Amino acid sequence: MNSAPRRSFLATAAAAASAALLAGCDRLSRTEWFPKVLGAAEPVNEAIAKLVARSGLAQEFAEGDRSPTFRSNGTREPDSDQYRAWSANGFADYALAVGGMVEAPRAYSLAELRMLPARTQITRHDCVEGWSAIAKWKGARLAGLLDAVRPRTGARYVVLYCADPMADDGTDLYYESIDLLDAYHPQTILAYDMNDAPLPVANGAPIRLRVERQLGYKHAKYVTGIELVADFAHIAGGKGGYWEDRGYQWWAGI
Amino acid sequence: MPDAMPTAAAGGLHYRHTLPVRIMHWINVVALTVLFASGLQIFGAYPELHFGRSSYNGRPPALAIGAREAAEGGALVGVTRVFGAEFETTGWLGVVRDGDGDLVPGAFPPWMTLPGTQWLAMARAWHFFFAWVFVLNGLAYMAYAVASRHLARDLAPTRADLAGIGAAVRDHLRFRHPRGEAAKRYNVLQKLVYLAVIFVLLPLAVLMGLAMSPWLDSALTGWVDVVGGRQSARSIHFIVAWLLVAFVLVHVFQVIVTGLCNNLRAMITGRYRVPTEPSHE
Repeated sequence: MNSAPRRSFLATAAAAASAALLAGCDRLSRTEWFPKVLGAAEPVNEAIAKLVARSGLAQEFAEGDRSPTFRSNGTREPDSDQYRAWSANGFADYALAVGGMVEAPRAYSLAELRMLPARTQITRHDCVEGWSAIAKWKGARLAGLLDAVRPRTGARYVVLYCADPMADDGTDLYYESIDLLDAYHPQTILAYDMNDAPLPVANGAPIRLRVERQLGYKHAKYVTGIELVADFAHIAGGKGGYWEDRGYQWWAGI
Repeated sequence: MPDAMPTAAAGGLHYRHTLPVRIMHWINVVALTVLFASGLQIFGAYPELHFGRSSYNGRPPALAIGAREAAEGGALVGVTRVFGAEFETTGWLGVVRDGDGDLVPGAFPPWMTLPGTQWLAMARAWHFFFAWVFVLNGLAYMAYAVASRHLARDLAPTRADLAGIGAAVRDHLRFRHPRGEAAKRYNVLQKLVYLAVIFVLLPLAVLMGLAMSPWLDSALTGWVDVVGGRQSARSIHFIVAWLLVAFVLVHVFQVIVTGLCNNLRAMITGRYRVPTEPSHE
């Protein structure tokens, strides 16, 4: 038996087979239908996670667990004249518009947001990329704000509109959406302080969402507007968020 | 039912693997291949490993894969740091060859990852779909292994097996493989390794994957601290994946040296030709 050439032939064949297999998978990724098959796992994951942990609390940490620096990801400084004007003035002119399917739409200044029932929490921020960082957040409970504007029957999602354009030409403003389960979760806040100081620009000044049981891209920064909607199919790409429109899962609990 | 139990068959072929085991084995091969390749792509979005509750905990990473420009000429150099020790890994880690053969930044070579080029959202879609294929197949296998007595009969080591571990190690090192009656059973090392993979490594990979989910962390708030925190879970998930690769390499090596065609036939048709007893000298 001539085993040495046979083994090297086998190794070559195995490598070629593996390359062909992965190339085939890449072609599947670019079809219209196959990603939909893969996406069938998403609602299953969401349903099971909500069965196992419907309204459990995210872990909270001690002061000493905080990360020495809290990484800024995505937009570091929104490239818009409106934002620069707000920022130059210490956000004194900033207002958060709350509307859509609510009984009492209104706008909140930063000072008014600071008067709402607040919550302080030291939590871990898990980025979809795989890193995590721990910081202390203080902000208005979204539940308290919703109680004030009174969502109408049929409202199912809270859409958050942001000040940061994602495209170089100033368009594609970042946005996100969460359902009412998350909106009323006790740890879901509109954070205005990070680590006992006003939220820095790099981390979403003046307001960012904290929705602690989901990945970082759900934690919209530079929030300027909140809208309650029955569905979000008519907004931007229709998938409920900037990254969702680019293939990321809407429910980002894993 | 002919598939119910391995039996001696006509023509010198021994019926070794039942149909359910064969089907589940090959589903597992596909699922683990996709999980590994898509997992490497996901890892590439943040090619560092940390132990602890967060990745920004004031301590340097245990593993970091990256790229830097060479001092002269500005060519890209792949750099891998493991516990502070630095290695140049151009071509393999940190700086890899793309489809055109050009050196580009990237944690793992495109031929190892799914998708081949950087595409985190798609890698996650593959990973979370095939995680279900893997888990459902694995649960079905465990249920079958217990109910059919495959576990008790073929995988659980006997007292005699355990007493013979030393001899089995010596036999393996000399490439002496069982023949005759003994070749119809798994040897003791095989049994122990299969049990460790099936009941320790694979479930640990799943558990550490679940531990990375911020939502599932709230099922029993703080449970990820059992392994040292969320970033420890991510690191363990990565290490277990590579231990599984090590197992597969040894497994395939053993398959080849003990008769590739015979072993492949056994895992496809179920029939295994038992090597004859050596004649006495």
